[in-house]
Amino acid sequence: MNSLTAIASILLAAILTNNMVLSKFLGICPFLGVSKKTNTAFSMSVAVILVMVVATAVTWPIYHLVLAPKYTYLETIVFILVIAAIVQLIEIVLKRYIKPVYNALGIYLPLITTNCAVLGITMLNITNELGFVESLFNALGAGVGFMLAMLLFSGVRERLETADIPEFMKGLPITLVAAALVSLSFLGFAGIGG
Amino acid sequence: MANKYVGYFTNGLVKENPTLRLVLGTCPTLAVTTAAINGIGMGLSATLVLVCSNLAISLLRNVIPDKVRIPAFITIIAGFVSVVQMLVKAFLPSIDKALGIYLPLIVVNCIILARAEMFASKNKPLPSILDGLGMGIGFTAVLTLMGAIRELFGAGSLFSFPVTANFISPMIIFLLPPGGFFVFGMLVAASNAIAKKNGKKAVEKMGCENCPAKDSCGQEECVKEETGDE
Repeated sequence: MNSLTAIASILLAAILTNNMVLSKFLGICPFLGVSKKTNTAFSMSVAVILVMVVATAVTWPIYHLVLAPKYTYLETIVFILVIAAIVQLIEIVLKRYIKPVYNALGIYLPLITTNCAVLGITMLNITNELGFVESLFNALGAGVGFMLAMLLFSGVRERLETADIPEFMKGLPITLVAAALVSLSFLGFAGIGG
Repeated sequence: MANKYVGYFTNGLVKENPTLRLVLGTCPTLAVTTAAINGIGMGLSATLVLVCSNLAISLLRNVIPDKVRIPAFITIIAGFVSVVQMLVKAFLPSIDKALGIYLPLIVVNCIILARAEMFASKNKPLPSILDGLGMGIGFTAVLTLMGAIRELFGAGSLFSFPVTANFISPMIIFLLPPGGFFVFGMLVAASNAIAKKNGKKAVEKMGCENCPAKDSCGQEECVKEETGDE
């Protein structure tokens, strides 16, 4: 029971209080670039969740069994290579065995290699000294949090399309200000689960 | 001849400023700029990586096979990031603490990969170094400016020296995540207005859409989907 509450609080913190995009500023590029349409935002987020969890499942043992304690300085270079390899592998496996999923997510997968949210979460799991199971749930929560931010923001942006905006604020500036307001609302979660 | 080299250098400062004109590397721009000094630290670390990786990639440009160039670039960049990470940790521990996880995340900063793909892999070493230096300084300048604005409003100080803290109570919201988005939005608006006055277009696309290297990392199809011309 105790471990259940611990996992619940990790999930809650990862989704709401420490939201990847809105409070940690990881994965801003897809957040701004791919959030124009809700369904695109959804597919992209599903791909991110998948890669985050698999990447954590692979990098955590590598760090703790191979790199620690002597070669921790190799963390950056090993992690990015492992993530790049995993993304390729997931792409190949999906293409071969689960075609419909590949058709839906395939185009987002190559992008995810250079998505800082994925590298970020694998590193945060190490710096925060989480255990293996905790790390997996933290990754899952971070992915779901990413999805939540993407979906909420794609809704906001659909409204922005029709809004009457002063000339100099059109485009990126108003999008960023809108992101500020969404992020402000997430500040309200501070204190929950923390 | 000399003019051409100056052009390589100044390109990244204003005309193709990576942060305000190309809108790349937004994550560190928003995350670490809670103080001006952090902006400088982040900017200079990225500049060092950018110059070194541009030089290495330019020297290896005829050796790296075209098909595996992106993984090769990432490996080179990751190597230099590890070097910078260790240097900062050893000599500037306070900056290392302030930048935290964003320092290793320079690996996935799209400015660096974009310059490798668009410039260093096609040009000689000297222009590549100048390009890296210009882009890096352009990045550092914007980060420092943004850090200064957020520090001034959010903590009432500048480079840790109190300025307005004694008579105006600081607005902490500027140091929190919403403040980052807001200040960046205002900076882009200002830069757009200046660009327009000089007859240039405002920044329209954002995120990966803007990245000149988007074709090579698969973004191309993604943008197509996004704009609806499937």
